[in-house]
Amino acid sequence: MSGGSDSSLDSLQPLGTLELEPVESIPLGAKQRREWVQTISDAWRLRRTKVGSLVFLALFAIALFGRFVAPYEPTEFVAPPFSLPSSVAWLGTDFLGRDVLTRVLYGGLSVFVLGIAATVIGIVLGVSLGLVSGYARRWVDESIMRVLDVVLAFPSIVLAMLFVSILGPRLWLIVLMVGISHMPRIARVTRAATVELVARDFVKAAAAVGVPRRRILLYEVLPNISSPLLVEFGLRLTYSIIMIAALSFIGFGMQPPSADWGLMINENRIAITVQPWAVLAPVILIGALTVSTNLMADGLARAMMGIDRDTAVT
Amino acid sequence: MSDRASDIVLSVEDLRIVLDPSGIDIDDEVSFTIHQGEVLGLVGESASGKTTAATSLLAYQRRGAKVAGGRIDIAGTDVLSASRVALRRIRGGLISYVPQDASAALNPALRIGDQLIEILNEHSFGSSSADREARMKQMMDDVLLPNDRAFMRRYPHQLSGGQQQRVAIAMALANRPKVIVLDEPTTALDVTTQAHVLETVRDLTRSYGVSALYVTHDLAVVACLADRIAVMYAGRLVEIGPKEDLFTGAFHPYTRRLLAAIPDITGERALHGIPGWAPRPGQRVPGCAFTPRCDWRVDKCETDFPPAEGMDADHQVRCWRWKEVRATSSAGDVPLRLRVPAVCDSVEKTVVSVRDVTAFYQSKEVLHGVSATLCEHRCLALVGESGSGKTTLARCIAGLHPFKIEGAVEFQGKSLARESRGRTRDQRQAIQYIFQSPYSSLNPRKTIRQLLAQPIGIFFKLDRDGTEERMVRVLDQVALDASLLNRYPEQLSGGERQRIAIARALAAEPTVLICDEVTSWLDVSVQAAIIELLAQLQLETGVSMLFVTHNLALIRSVAQEVAVMNDGRIVELGVVDAVLDDPQADYTKLLLADTPTLPAECRI
Repeated sequence: MSGGSDSSLDSLQPLGTLELEPVESIPLGAKQRREWVQTISDAWRLRRTKVGSLVFLALFAIALFGRFVAPYEPTEFVAPPFSLPSSVAWLGTDFLGRDVLTRVLYGGLSVFVLGIAATVIGIVLGVSLGLVSGYARRWVDESIMRVLDVVLAFPSIVLAMLFVSILGPRLWLIVLMVGISHMPRIARVTRAATVELVARDFVKAAAAVGVPRRRILLYEVLPNISSPLLVEFGLRLTYSIIMIAALSFIGFGMQPPSADWGLMINENRIAITVQPWAVLAPVILIGALTVSTNLMADGLARAMMGIDRDTAVT
Repeated sequence: MSDRASDIVLSVEDLRIVLDPSGIDIDDEVSFTIHQGEVLGLVGESASGKTTAATSLLAYQRRGAKVAGGRIDIAGTDVLSASRVALRRIRGGLISYVPQDASAALNPALRIGDQLIEILNEHSFGSSSADREARMKQMMDDVLLPNDRAFMRRYPHQLSGGQQQRVAIAMALANRPKVIVLDEPTTALDVTTQAHVLETVRDLTRSYGVSALYVTHDLAVVACLADRIAVMYAGRLVEIGPKEDLFTGAFHPYTRRLLAAIPDITGERALHGIPGWAPRPGQRVPGCAFTPRCDWRVDKCETDFPPAEGMDADHQVRCWRWKEVRATSSAGDVPLRLRVPAVCDSVEKTVVSVRDVTAFYQSKEVLHGVSATLCEHRCLALVGESGSGKTTLARCIAGLHPFKIEGAVEFQGKSLARESRGRTRDQRQAIQYIFQSPYSSLNPRKTIRQLLAQPIGIFFKLDRDGTEERMVRVLDQVALDASLLNRYPEQLSGGERQRIAIARALAAEPTVLICDEVTSWLDVSVQAAIIELLAQLQLETGVSMLFVTHNLALIRSVAQEVAVMNDGRIVELGVVDAVLDDPQADYTKLLLADTPTLPAECRI
């Protein structure tokens, strides 16, 4: 085929549908272009993904760098308790007279760090169990999934409270409990994707030449289910943030006097009619954070399902 | 015919369909007419735009495609400019559609009687519900299905594939449309079922005077059915003409190559594939898109697409050199096939033997005491319809059958474990399995290099250079270039993927190669090329082959012996030429009669 065919191939066509003859005409990036990269770039074309990502990045920047621009120390008393916004404290003060703006700027990092850590723990546990159970089937599958059903049957917040009330409000415990509460649902998603994939012939082909099971799971199956797991990660991150904020709110999470968005809502709720900003500011931020992670997850899910894709297949 | 112009039911003029945001053309300059009661076969390889053109007759485009120009006229109605309300009358009333896969097209939650009545109600057929009931019963009679209440109360999943397709045909014909569009309606069916469905379609178009557009990738399927045939390549019609003219003296090189690629059950012709593959939208070269694959190409072909020309209005072709092509006899293009030695000496060593094997699917017995042997340097074809147990038997030998097996499966005299994990490394290396679908057998996340490195890494202790050298060698064996090593499977065409799958099996240097329906997912032209390759590989490497297929016409080109299977039993076993020329079992005779082939053997 002459080079003439290549001029008609424009960037509008997804890479996956091309079958070019001269190998040098394949962009260098194509070699490394895995499907999850494709999923992300497809998702980026959707406005919801862009909005979600920008809001998320903005909030992350506030959580990370906010402390360097904060006007006061988080435990510094700047004005009488429940002062309304003024030139001294732009968002007013809280129930002890500390600056709300400062505490908001300081209080995000714990939400992010704990949220992401809990999600990662949930993903690692859930994916491992889901992979094993989806590939092994029969009694291994049954045992794993039924045990997870039991975990699922407990309301996750009650489960977390149970252990926290026994062992005390330790941060690692909260992260672990939130992670464990994600585990059954992530395992289910992973198992469903694995079961479908294991039926594909390339998995049988690997088994037929004697590839060990562990390698089949890690190198044949896992790379092919990365896209649904990416979506699941976004979704679970949202739930982690909500749960950690909720645990802080009911007093099992971050402990006073540390600054934390969830804790702030609890501390200041008695005066919501007098000085609403002490509650509204962290509420708006947590709300925006969950909405933004949801938008990203939704964008990824849409990209993965291939809605609005320009295909050249008849 | 004097009144041809007056009985035109459907006419398509200069239809152009493009991909929506990019404007790349899927179909261009498509023009044809269908007369009353006529069946036009629309033939093309995958990605040729034939389905897109066919569904646009109902003013339907799949997501991402749109009509960019042209006119479609059915019995005086301009379809493309019709309003939404008018379209609802046109679709199913004036023109109707029979999909490729009826099992997916019928609503699984509704009884088939309800689905049929729904169509009649939507178009207010007749004057009363009694009329519609009667019409429904009559339709069921027409498609040779029972019309009793019990049958009408069934759900789609309670019918066989052939019955489902018949219901879909009944639904399409219910409102007495002028035209029906059949989109490969028999591709998913067994040959026997396919023959019966084709017969039904032909009888119905004749008795009701309905015109039909029959879309297919297989010329042999429409050979007995169509009156005229239109050949499509890369979104354009390259030749259209009466069936007899096309089969005896096609004007276009592509049509001739397509004909040569049809497996011939009589074994008179050799099988010839077309090198390369049909380009997808966006990959087509300017000028005539067939140029890169054409033996007749001249400079002009690369720049200009030829106009429609021909001896008369009936037989039109778009090729600059059609007169020269016409002048050569088509017989000259198709050399007689290479006769392979046909007798299996008793002194030859048995490689694989299967004795009294009974296999279960879950608790259901699917193989009943099957015995067969595969000799060294031989190819045994395993032929049967779906559900005959041919794939189960192949998988038992390959160690891929996940359920209980009784009896002995032996390799070189040693018993084989049921699962490949239980076998020795040498046994796993010696028996290699090639899967049916190259779209599912190659891990989409691995490059060709990683795919080929897997068996080499497991079976041989080779360094980097040795592995690389081995990979280049097996790619060469399957006629692929080493430059493909860095690509992912999705960047290859179906035929290339299947070659990669064959290369992966060869990389293990097997003694036995099991090919499970390896061509059933491929176009006819690519199928022929793969069969050529397998036959040649067997000759060169001396590998023993088990060739599983549902297509009897293929086996002469590749196998020396054949086992015909039905219902989990081998009903006939013997040398290929003997079995095909003089079948003993009734089932083999039936299969032979139903295998679609060129018009010389048309039964009707």
